[in-house]
Amino acid sequence: MRRIGIDVGGTNTDAVLIDGGKVVQGVKVATTADVTSGVAAAIEALDLSAEHGSGLDALMIGTTHFINAVVQRRHLTKVAVIRVALPATSSLPPFTDWPAGLAELANGGVFQIEGGHDYDGRRFAPLDTAGARRIAREIRNLGLKYVVVNALFSPLDPSDEEAVAAILREEIPDVSVTCAHLLGGIGLLERENAAILNASLIALARETITAFEHAKSKVGLNAPLFVTQNDGTVAEASRAATYPVFSFASGATNSMRGAAYLSGLKDAVVVDVGGTTADFGYLRNGFPREANAVVHIGGVRTLFRMPDLVSIGLGGGSHIDLEAATIGPLSVGYRLSTEALVFGGNSVTATDIGVAAGLIELGDRKRVAHIAADDVKRILRRCKQMLEENVDRMKTSASDITLIAVGGGAFLVPEELQGVGRVVRVQHGGCANAVGAAIAQVSGEVDQVFQGLTRDEAVASARKLAESRAVEAGADSESLALVEAEDTPIAYLPGNAMRVRVKVVGNIRSTRMGQTAKEKVTCQSVS
Amino acid sequence: MRQLSPEDIEALSVGAWILGTGGGGSPYHALLNLRRFYDAGVRVDLIDPDELDDDDAIAVVSIMGAPLVFQERLVDSTLIARAVSAMEEHLGRKFRAVMAVEIGGGNGMQSLLAAVHLKIPVVDADAMGRAYPEAQMTSFAVGNLAPYPLTSVDPRGNEAIVGKTSSWKWMERVSRKLCTEFGSIVATCKAPRTGAEVKKWAIPHTTSKAINLGRAVAEANRQHADPIAAILKAESGKFLFSGKVVEVERRTTEGFLRGRTFMEGLGDDHGSRIRIDFQNEWIVVWRDGQALVSTPDLICVLDSESGEAIGTETIRYGQRTTVIALPAAPVFLSPRGLDHVGPRAFGYDIDFKSVFCS
Repeated sequence: MRRIGIDVGGTNTDAVLIDGGKVVQGVKVATTADVTSGVAAAIEALDLSAEHGSGLDALMIGTTHFINAVVQRRHLTKVAVIRVALPATSSLPPFTDWPAGLAELANGGVFQIEGGHDYDGRRFAPLDTAGARRIAREIRNLGLKYVVVNALFSPLDPSDEEAVAAILREEIPDVSVTCAHLLGGIGLLERENAAILNASLIALARETITAFEHAKSKVGLNAPLFVTQNDGTVAEASRAATYPVFSFASGATNSMRGAAYLSGLKDAVVVDVGGTTADFGYLRNGFPREANAVVHIGGVRTLFRMPDLVSIGLGGGSHIDLEAATIGPLSVGYRLSTEALVFGGNSVTATDIGVAAGLIELGDRKRVAHIAADDVKRILRRCKQMLEENVDRMKTSASDITLIAVGGGAFLVPEELQGVGRVVRVQHGGCANAVGAAIAQVSGEVDQVFQGLTRDEAVASARKLAESRAVEAGADSESLALVEAEDTPIAYLPGNAMRVRVKVVGNIRSTRMGQTAKEKVTCQSVS
Repeated sequence: MRQLSPEDIEALSVGAWILGTGGGGSPYHALLNLRRFYDAGVRVDLIDPDELDDDDAIAVVSIMGAPLVFQERLVDSTLIARAVSAMEEHLGRKFRAVMAVEIGGGNGMQSLLAAVHLKIPVVDADAMGRAYPEAQMTSFAVGNLAPYPLTSVDPRGNEAIVGKTSSWKWMERVSRKLCTEFGSIVATCKAPRTGAEVKKWAIPHTTSKAINLGRAVAEANRQHADPIAAILKAESGKFLFSGKVVEVERRTTEGFLRGRTFMEGLGDDHGSRIRIDFQNEWIVVWRDGQALVSTPDLICVLDSESGEAIGTETIRYGQRTTVIALPAAPVFLSPRGLDHVGPRAFGYDIDFKSVFCS
């Protein structure tokens, strides 16, 4: 199994080549404003000569490009929103409580019609199909191509969203419809917001993924392209272009998945200490735990599947105030190599403290000799406190956990921490994010209402459907495993109705014969 | 009578959430609705109970239902006004003003939305001084006032009038059934009150209290001062405990969110551990097997850093929390009051002892 994994971060674009479960090459290039030329440069920096580059199975890319577009308010497309919930919810129309500037960029028109369901699965109001058709024509006349449909309680019964989407496709030939039930759970506004962000990013996502494909063919690769997702799996490029919000948090997720893979651990807390922040996450069964709470993105309240992360201002570039014994939250960021004391600069950074304490060898140690040993101790104590407090925030019970420390600033994590049984460091943990991208699996998901079946039958049919979706998405059918299954009975609907949610994951199908079974990966040559 | 400013309504949403004592539903959507009117220049007047004539008719309103449904089937601002109009049609007379049945949580703001549409003032009072889960847990029930009639409306034009019930508990049962049938979210106008009844039995100045709390928090945050100290000072509250959540157990039974949470002390409370039981709202705080504080004293769990209230639905492991008590309305401290809202009304066989008496 040969794959290239690429993680496009804010500062660096990391790439690894994995062969037979081993990281055989790793490179780091600067991230570029257009993202894709950095990706092309990273691929070109890898040695893909016949010996290494032949027979690649997949190219997997994780990017923060889409979430950055929201945060920086660039490249967004205007979206029409149809909410199917009248006669309820009308006084809080779509785009309520959005930052004004962002709403202006994304709001192409809002429409509300009757329809939707109640919490118990009963119909709330008859679907206004005539109204839907009238609105579809209006949207066509407005020249809008991206439409969101959000129906009352659609996570329990998506049929109204699907019916309106079908009408839109009939009336607007090249329309792109985002159905809100595919993006979030109960919480009408938050789910709608996620769907609007998604629809508004599809044009950018398509453009970006096309550019990735170009970059790929420019360097002569013909392996299929996958994009990493918030949940630690990958989606085929075409699907990723339809659901860009599912790639929002892939950077942090990739680090966690890489940490799990490199350490061989499946249940642990991961801390990724970078230059500016330390990100904490919780690995359960090898995957990041999902946040079950409102997440603000670019000032917009959303509620969809994102990893449960805590980010604090603690990194190798964090500013140190020796007098107050505080760390961060400000950081010198990418200017570390010129501004830190050890590199000849004038800012006291966490890296300087690390060098003074002998935790790491970097730059000119003499330049930090003047820092009093007591001050170094106080800063390290504060650092330890910050780590302990946030590891504790991630835990779900009081018992000790294992902590995997990765990232360039991992030297700031001491061996002993309150509430931590042991600290695990993986060799060359700096490549964890790209490894996480390279080893990502494909998933297949089903979330729908079944009727007239026993619980076991319903879960079995959902699983079968999820498995076929995973195979369709590029999974090897032999490797499929169930990672999630839950069922909720729905009262008032006839025929023993229940909502079943199933997710399976599997390895990407190899295009070559004789693929290697999963092996423990070791980083061997990461620059 | 005074006009509420835009800052007042923002402060009210913060204060009402604190007075929700863990329940009452988030005021977020009600605030969004109210902001839309305020942005359009509409203002709400707040009237002191003392300004009411004895024979004025006062509407008492609330949104009833399940918090999960609140998140999805968002309540239009017109619905609460419709519940009041339906009552006016039933009674054949107009209301002088509207008041909240509970100041705690989202219902602390719904009376303002009714006021906007009906163009009448909001009474600076409520019947709980906090949030409680059931209809008989009000000062009006303690005062043995009539529990009926009640109107219950949904947005599809389904409207019910409960003409008569033999007790407040029966009103709770019947109105709860209607609510479930209408989709577990309805606007209700409770038994109307006269100006005289409001002056005698309502808990006065609770809207102002919520606004003061919210302003204290905003002011403290502006000055980078401790918001919790500001809350304690604003309402003569009592600090109980500072720590972190180490366990949460939650279950939904009989339409209520029941459970308990454990916290371990930090700082001065290091080494100590408390348990808080809840039924929608925080009910009893235990330390070493002893009740430290219980209903009707207000138990508020706050984020130790921001001072923001934390609800029983959203509290989770690892949160840094500060537990404080605020004084209960005097009407609940009588033996009759305690029958309605004391620990025994929630199934705890303990005597109520206020933390503000010792």
